[in-house]
Amino acid sequence: MEPLGWIEIITRVLYQFTSVWVALVILFAVSVAFKRRLGLYGKLFDSPIGMIGFALVMFWVFTGVFGALDLIVTHDPLSQVSGMKNKVPGTPLRGAEAGEYAWYLLGGDNLARDVFSRMVKGAWVVVQIAPLATLFAFMVGITLGLPAGYYGGRLDTFLSFLANLILAFPVILLFYLLVTPEIVDTGVPSYMAAVLFIFPIVFLAVLLNSRYYTQPRFRTPLLIGVLGVSFWLYLSLISTDGYLVNSNTVTIPALPQILDLFDIPGGILVVFVSVVFVNSPTVFRIVRGLAMDIKTRDYVAAAQTRGEGPWYIMLWEILPNARGPLIVDFCLRIGYTTILLGTLGFFGLGLPPESPDWGSTINEGRKLLSIYLHPALPPALALLSMVLGLNLLADGLREESLKD
Amino acid sequence: MGLFILRRTGVMILTALCLTFIVFFLTNLYPNLEKLAKTQGNFRMSDEAVASWLEGNGYLQPLPLKYGQWLGVVPGWTHETDEGVTGRCLRGTATAQEAAAAPRFCGILQGDWGYSTVFRDEVSGIIGTRLGLTAKLMFWVLVLMVPSALIVGVLAGMREGSPLDRSLSTFSIITTATPEYVSGVIFIAVFASSTVGLKWFKGTATSAMDNANFENFFLPVLTIALYGMGYIARMTRASMTEVMTAQYIRTARLKGVTFRNIVMKHALRNALIAPFTVIMLQFPWLLNGVVIVETLFNYKGFGWTLVQAAGNNDIELLLAVSVVSVIVVLATQLISDIGYVYLNPRIRIS
Repeated sequence: MEPLGWIEIITRVLYQFTSVWVALVILFAVSVAFKRRLGLYGKLFDSPIGMIGFALVMFWVFTGVFGALDLIVTHDPLSQVSGMKNKVPGTPLRGAEAGEYAWYLLGGDNLARDVFSRMVKGAWVVVQIAPLATLFAFMVGITLGLPAGYYGGRLDTFLSFLANLILAFPVILLFYLLVTPEIVDTGVPSYMAAVLFIFPIVFLAVLLNSRYYTQPRFRTPLLIGVLGVSFWLYLSLISTDGYLVNSNTVTIPALPQILDLFDIPGGILVVFVSVVFVNSPTVFRIVRGLAMDIKTRDYVAAAQTRGEGPWYIMLWEILPNARGPLIVDFCLRIGYTTILLGTLGFFGLGLPPESPDWGSTINEGRKLLSIYLHPALPPALALLSMVLGLNLLADGLREESLKD
Repeated sequence: MGLFILRRTGVMILTALCLTFIVFFLTNLYPNLEKLAKTQGNFRMSDEAVASWLEGNGYLQPLPLKYGQWLGVVPGWTHETDEGVTGRCLRGTATAQEAAAAPRFCGILQGDWGYSTVFRDEVSGIIGTRLGLTAKLMFWVLVLMVPSALIVGVLAGMREGSPLDRSLSTFSIITTATPEYVSGVIFIAVFASSTVGLKWFKGTATSAMDNANFENFFLPVLTIALYGMGYIARMTRASMTEVMTAQYIRTARLKGVTFRNIVMKHALRNALIAPFTVIMLQFPWLLNGVVIVETLFNYKGFGWTLVQAAGNNDIELLLAVSVVSVIVVLATQLISDIGYVYLNPRIRIS
């Protein structure tokens, strides 16, 4: 079979993404049609920059999801095909069997794996971890930042000192200290996971309790239900194979395996924890600043006069009024988390070495960069376009939320 | 002002103490020590051999004691064997007379930063040379980054919404969205690849350590500068657009001052206050970029040392690295606060 030319490669790559295009077109058609009824999300479609950003982000989200469903990928991202080592884009497979895709569209890497499929699978790693890690960082930052900003005083001094302490660490040093196999062996990341993941539960509990405090007959069952489910999720999140930590030195049992809903692969959990840990102090500082600003407003004084409790004021008066800057920062921070994940991969930390995530792929590709360009460039450009999309989206949201 | 600086210095020392203690704790966890013993001795050591190696090198003492020795407030350990005396303040094995003559305290308070197990050299010497190399890199990064970021920001903020503003803003968004390991890879592919590409520059900066020239040093400098530049440019733009809508600018316009003079004489000075703090606060980020770029371009500076020390659990080198970086981070914060007060008369007078 003949090697493919550049035009044919591009056409075939675009064709592989068919499902993504269809999903994007449907999403945009529906959103534009109903944009007046969709609040801030609908207003996004009035700003061209926001639309471009949203399209880029959703492109990678759909790619990640459909890639995980094996719709886009042409080959298995981990399997090696003999004779395809470092081959240039468009090289045909030697002796491809029926039903097998006959080309390596973007070439092969130094272990003869398909670059295109690895890039698509890498999107799934990012789409899984980045938004969720950012959400957790926000929960931690909000739960600690609101009281620090609202009460001030000793509490504020103490929490700000802690936040500044973490921020004074060079991020990469922190990663090297937290994400090595030796540290995982001691269980430190698992303890950190156990502490950090409790914050969303605290947040939910305080949020619902302060809102429905006056209606105990409705509040008590609601709290029991919500907290029960989230506590179960929490326990299944932090326990693997029935243990919180299970190594040569330490063993701490947790949820029995029968009740365990899902297992997070060890490497991913450590990466997740360290990314949340690095991000939350910055969120804390933003929330604290916003709370200090908003607590001087009249509606807060009105709520205080009405006799509302401090947590009600923080979560139901201050927080909703701080949502604009927080949503914008959320978008930016997902981008930053993507960059951090790439950094971890670039230094070969945390994720297993054969993992198709973009950082690891760039790291592998860079070693032969002066001879073979094609293994490193696709993941680099993918990461660039995704973070760019998130930045543009944040810019569009900021512009639109300032209008009203 | 004096009290303010004094209090900030106090906080700085406290932060540095807490931070080094965390690093100390994490690097002294047993699995890490085991790895250290195996890399220093040999990889097939039995558990007993590991334990006796650690014992002989003073790693098995209680943590606060070891930390105190590192600080220099607790006398250093000594260990007597048949061959002689080893100890914290001794290099190698010494005789009993030499051991008695050696100083009892040797921590950072005495100016002894310890001994690097990876480079087999004094930590202070390593840190000194590596910091010098990184300072060279940072100097050129700042020379490239600060003026171009300010120019981009001022030009974009001068006329809000103009095509020039749109294109420059897009440019700065793109640079903030490109982490160093992406832009570095793209630059090497475009400018330095030996098969395709332009071959204008070299893809490694190893030779730049002794003899830096445009060919081998420009790409690493550009890679770091670009990532930091977009953010400073956006801050400058925001501050410039704010100044351009101020009353006194309108007055100047109505007086008939030329646009050029309004920008140069009236707006610029006030618009540059905010970017100054941003530039100072960029330093911690630059430190990150330095680690990535030095690894990518194989430039053996401070960031490269950090990776080597962390990868091999070189405890004392890692501690020295964290002390230096925490001082850099906190000192730049202090300078930015003082500078802000100094530059902004409204805060200085009240």
